[in-house]
Amino acid sequence: MIFKIEDVTVYFPYENIYPEQYEYMVELKRSLDAKGHCLLEMPTGTGKTIALLSLITSYRLSRPDSPIKLVYCTRTVHEMEKTLAELKLLHEYQVRHLGSQAKILAIGLSSRKNLCVNPKVLAAENRDSVDAACRKRTASWVRALSAENPNVELCDYFENYEKAAENALLPPGVYTLEDLRTFGKNRGWCPYFLARHMVQFANVIVYSYQYLLDPKVAGIISKELQKETVVVFDEAHNIDNVCIEALSVSVRRVTLEGANRNLNKIRQEIDRFKATDAGRLRAEYNRLVEGLALRGDLSGTDQWLANPALPHDILKEAVPGNIRRAEHFVHVLRRLLQYLGGRLDTDNVEKESPVSFVSSLNSQAGIEQKTLKFCYDRLQSLMLTLEITDTDDFLPIQTVCDFATLVGTYARGFSIIIEPYDERMPHIPDPILQLSCHDASLAIKPVFDRFQSVVITSGTLSPIDLYPRLLSFNPVVSRSFKMSMTRDCICPMVLTRGSDQLPVSTKFDMRSDPGVVRNYGKFLVEMVSIVPDGVVCFFVSYSYMDGIIATWNETGILKEIMQQKLVFIETQDVVETTLALDNYRRACDCGRGAVFFSVARGKVAEGIDFDRHYGRLVVMFGVPFQYTLSKILLARLEYLRDTFQIKEGDFLTFDALRQAAQCVGRVIRSKADYGMMIFADKRYSRHDKRSKLPGWILSHLRDAHLNLSTDMAIHIAREFLRKMAQPYDKAGTMGRKTLLTQEDLEKMAETGVQDMAY
Amino acid sequence: MAGGGQVEKRVRYKSSVKDPGTPGFLRLTEAMLLFVPNDPKSDSKLKVQTLNIKSQKYTKEGSNKPPWLNLTNKQGKSHIFEFENYSDMHACRDFITKALAKCEEVPKKSAVSTSTEQLSIAELELRFKVLRENSELQRLHKQFVESKVLTEDEFWATRKKLLGQVSTGKSKQQVGLKSMMVSGIKPSTDGRTNRVTFNLTSEIIFQIFAEKPAVRQAFINYVPSKMTEKDFWTKYFRAEYLYSTKNTAVAAAEAAEDEELAVFLKPDEILARETRQKIRRVDPTLDMEADQGDDYSHLMDHGIQRDGTKDVVESQNDQFRRSLLQDLNRHSAVVLEGRSIDVESEDTRVVAEALTRAKQVSKADGETTKDANQDRLERMSRTAEMEDLQAPQNFPLAPLSIKDPRDYFESQQGNVLNEPRGAGALNRNVHEAYGLLKESILEIRTKGLSYPLIKSEVSFEVFSSLTQTISTAKNIIGKNPRESFLDRLPKSTKDEVLHHWTSIQELLRHFWSSYPITTTYLHTKVGKLKDAMSNTYSQLDAMKQSVQSDLRHQVSLLVRPMQQALDAAFQHYETDLQRRTAKSVGGSSSERPNGGV
Repeated sequence: MIFKIEDVTVYFPYENIYPEQYEYMVELKRSLDAKGHCLLEMPTGTGKTIALLSLITSYRLSRPDSPIKLVYCTRTVHEMEKTLAELKLLHEYQVRHLGSQAKILAIGLSSRKNLCVNPKVLAAENRDSVDAACRKRTASWVRALSAENPNVELCDYFENYEKAAENALLPPGVYTLEDLRTFGKNRGWCPYFLARHMVQFANVIVYSYQYLLDPKVAGIISKELQKETVVVFDEAHNIDNVCIEALSVSVRRVTLEGANRNLNKIRQEIDRFKATDAGRLRAEYNRLVEGLALRGDLSGTDQWLANPALPHDILKEAVPGNIRRAEHFVHVLRRLLQYLGGRLDTDNVEKESPVSFVSSLNSQAGIEQKTLKFCYDRLQSLMLTLEITDTDDFLPIQTVCDFATLVGTYARGFSIIIEPYDERMPHIPDPILQLSCHDASLAIKPVFDRFQSVVITSGTLSPIDLYPRLLSFNPVVSRSFKMSMTRDCICPMVLTRGSDQLPVSTKFDMRSDPGVVRNYGKFLVEMVSIVPDGVVCFFVSYSYMDGIIATWNETGILKEIMQQKLVFIETQDVVETTLALDNYRRACDCGRGAVFFSVARGKVAEGIDFDRHYGRLVVMFGVPFQYTLSKILLARLEYLRDTFQIKEGDFLTFDALRQAAQCVGRVIRSKADYGMMIFADKRYSRHDKRSKLPGWILSHLRDAHLNLSTDMAIHIAREFLRKMAQPYDKAGTMGRKTLLTQEDLEKMAETGVQDMAY
Repeated sequence: MAGGGQVEKRVRYKSSVKDPGTPGFLRLTEAMLLFVPNDPKSDSKLKVQTLNIKSQKYTKEGSNKPPWLNLTNKQGKSHIFEFENYSDMHACRDFITKALAKCEEVPKKSAVSTSTEQLSIAELELRFKVLRENSELQRLHKQFVESKVLTEDEFWATRKKLLGQVSTGKSKQQVGLKSMMVSGIKPSTDGRTNRVTFNLTSEIIFQIFAEKPAVRQAFINYVPSKMTEKDFWTKYFRAEYLYSTKNTAVAAAEAAEDEELAVFLKPDEILARETRQKIRRVDPTLDMEADQGDDYSHLMDHGIQRDGTKDVVESQNDQFRRSLLQDLNRHSAVVLEGRSIDVESEDTRVVAEALTRAKQVSKADGETTKDANQDRLERMSRTAEMEDLQAPQNFPLAPLSIKDPRDYFESQQGNVLNEPRGAGALNRNVHEAYGLLKESILEIRTKGLSYPLIKSEVSFEVFSSLTQTISTAKNIIGKNPRESFLDRLPKSTKDEVLHHWTSIQELLRHFWSSYPITTTYLHTKVGKLKDAMSNTYSQLDAMKQSVQSDLRHQVSLLVRPMQQALDAAFQHYETDLQRRTAKSVGGSSSERPNGGV
């Protein structure tokens, strides 16, 4: 359908539109007009992504003089693929109605591992070795060498791409990763470098958060984006965590050992160069004296990771004199490693601010703050000079230099925590020195500063006023949308008691109580016998899930469950989990039915949808609180309290409930869909916990469903499923329109949006 | 010695009770019984066809007599075998009983299928089953088949669907796997010693092989060249036990000593290879593997390690550790895949090899991924759409095919009710219809046979009026509470009416389907049917008379449509008969114009 929002003609690829999608577009358009940032919460299952994409592409079409670029950030690669699939639909529709002027170039960008088509490189096991294998064939000095020595192996795809030079362009269209690979294979061009090259021409770029938020990556990939860019962070409820992760580094024993080995290797290389090609080292020294940390003309293949510090914090100065010589720098690094090793030898937990850490480093190892700050740049320069390609081997020293640079750059918002062992496993000594960032606003600040509009959106951003504080920005629009339901297609319940009427909870003192474990198990057995197709269960942690499944296995509960449905489980092995999910879907498709056990905060809860028959019921066993004794968490809470006046308890509850809401929210995809959500813990019935759930769940949580035992829940579930099986009027009844047609929208445009029949 | 199809026992053979007996072997097969004396020169060799055995007697356990089995053949001669113990005797006795039962079935079958069609036992059983389940049908069967109005085949010919339905349900369906975990099989202990016993069935073995390709491969490699099957399984369960103790140190130690045991304890490499292959084919919208390394936070020691959101992981790199969760996933995947091979063999090796072959085939399939890839992408774009925002799609409608004729009649009832009801109107319709039929018959009589024999409109007319009559009757008979005076009838009368109704239906169906009469067989059949119908007709009359006077009118109303239908049949029969006799009198030269009818 084609309709107007104020002065923008919106091309929307469906016959109907939900009222909240329309409103969402209106708000989004306003913030684009105002060239400001916005924060929009809209329930899952209301077509956020398509509304967003169609408004922004239509906005671009309506302003041909100043075309905006869209950078769409997803958390995972599979979400990227989903977004691109929706964009493809939209693009086809727009081209059909507008002709070639609507054509855009949209690409998904991922790592070499997901884009490479060279079978020899792909044979490498993990991402880092794929990177290294690629660099071994494409680095500038390798290619220069091959001109003399034909035995040096190169990558044909990259060579062809280089030969095509400026002509290597993607025709307009929407390219998923698969499409890019196919295109690259057919043309014989390297898809990875082609995609990276196309970033500056593309109208829409879809990639992962880190490509914008992590300075190490953003510095390479996203540095050339123009100001007229709309940045969207989808599913952004965890964005604060991504931000602080991007600036956190830790050092372990193995890191130090590896770094020492790296230094030995570097030392050997330096000696070799001294003997054979001393001029090269001298040239580097001269360059550093002139104040150039890096050669300006780095080709794309030579770049690896950029500076871990944020762009505006990087000093544009000459590298200090004491580390200009390669061997001096190696000495400094040795002293640093020694000092870190000494700090790891501790029996107590130590917490320190970066300032005091740097000063004690200065007094004990004689390394100044400024020297620390330049560690990253100096190492990068040295590795380029020494022509080191197997970057994956040099990760440890890279980590240590990142640590040094960060600790030298930032005085506030960070703390250094040294733990001799993990709190939860005190019998295993595993000392770790962590530089942890507490301030999420640091990493995202450059993004807010650089780009015209940043849209932060998700199904769960409650309480919505907390995010501007955490990320310290001022949104021009901040809104939470309700969901207009055609029928009560979600059924949230709170299970507080088991079949024996005793309370159930994963509270620390209750979680290992055999009665609770049994009650949870019996409840699930009953549920799987009445719910058709897919059932999803979330547990508070892997260890809890592991334990409870083992107990169920011993007591025969698992066998009872298996009589009704097949059992699939998320494990810590991602490959296995992916296959389990694939099998789970197939079991639901073929009617066998299955139950999937998963973990809140896990990879599955983050991004896999259990829509339609893939999830008719989702159970959240317990409240997914963080491990509150964690030193890092405590430090972060302290920082939040001191800087933002956010109470510890409030933050913990907020965090647990957003995870819970995220888990159960995966069950709904559209208004035609339906599903039950059960919160199985007595603590959910308390108002202070419950009220942190997003509004669209709360509005369906009836008072009668707040304090249920197993038998009552079963009864309600039966009724609900029976009701949902009936046919219904999709357009909505009783004056509440839940599906708008073209006519409705035109009528609304005449009378004004305010009259929308909510 | 007990094989599948024969039994062999050591016995003494006595030709009479007094005879001391000749020692030897008794070998039983399904077809015959063979006695071979130990002394090859002895002439007491014996061969008896199982068919000829008339009866068997035997001594009771617990009586002081030795275990004797006395077989009497049809000629009255008896053979006595003395067994070493009772269990041998019982085994033989059971075998003979079974063999006898089989022999008896065979003649029975041939007696039934007098027609050319040979019936399998299975089909017979099916018929019995249908009859058992449907008492109405059973009654009809009794009435008509046993009174020889209809033959067995004729009776069933009109009910092919009924049989078909059941038989498809019964047809060999691929049996899935049990959802129970193999690790769920608990050994039985004897309680005194520490020895445990595992009972392995072929199904369990299949499941183990399917879930653990390494075990399967090891079986093919080791059995029987290196060890016996029993040793193999003993070792396997030893390994399983080591797993269950979760004592990885012991497991590692034992694996180091015993090479074969290590095979069971090591991670399954074949499985790992399969996994790598499968991961390339999963739906990209849930491919979490692609995420690994897409963000750079996984880089060693970057990001936050211990903030309480992430779980502590016990070191998984221990190669002798295998988690329950992995087993569960693997198990469910295998169950979902189902039985990939169609081998029902007791031989474990055959099963193992078949499974390996099946896997190789599926691997080869996997290599031609072009299509699969395309398919995957299409599916993805389909799921990307939001269905309820789309314009309603008009899917093509498939008409319902209703199998049970009664459903059809009942559905017609509504139409009948909607029409202005009245016996007159209905009768007129009926009469009109039959009038049309009569006309066309007259036409045939004057003009001879032509093609088509009866115009389709006419037959349709007849058919629909029949249907209406039938459905009306059904309606009267009891569907509509307002109309039903049936309930007021005494139960016996009611049952009688209903029964008459079904039997008339049956007869009429056969009657009308027999026309035109082309063979003498049909001729006799129609004759039989006519007799049976007139029988029923008179029974109806008798019933009408027998009921109480206040109900008589209602009953006659009920009976009338039946009688009308029968009348129509009689009339047709008469006219047809007249025509035939007229023809045969008029001139034997007038042969049938063609054989096409």
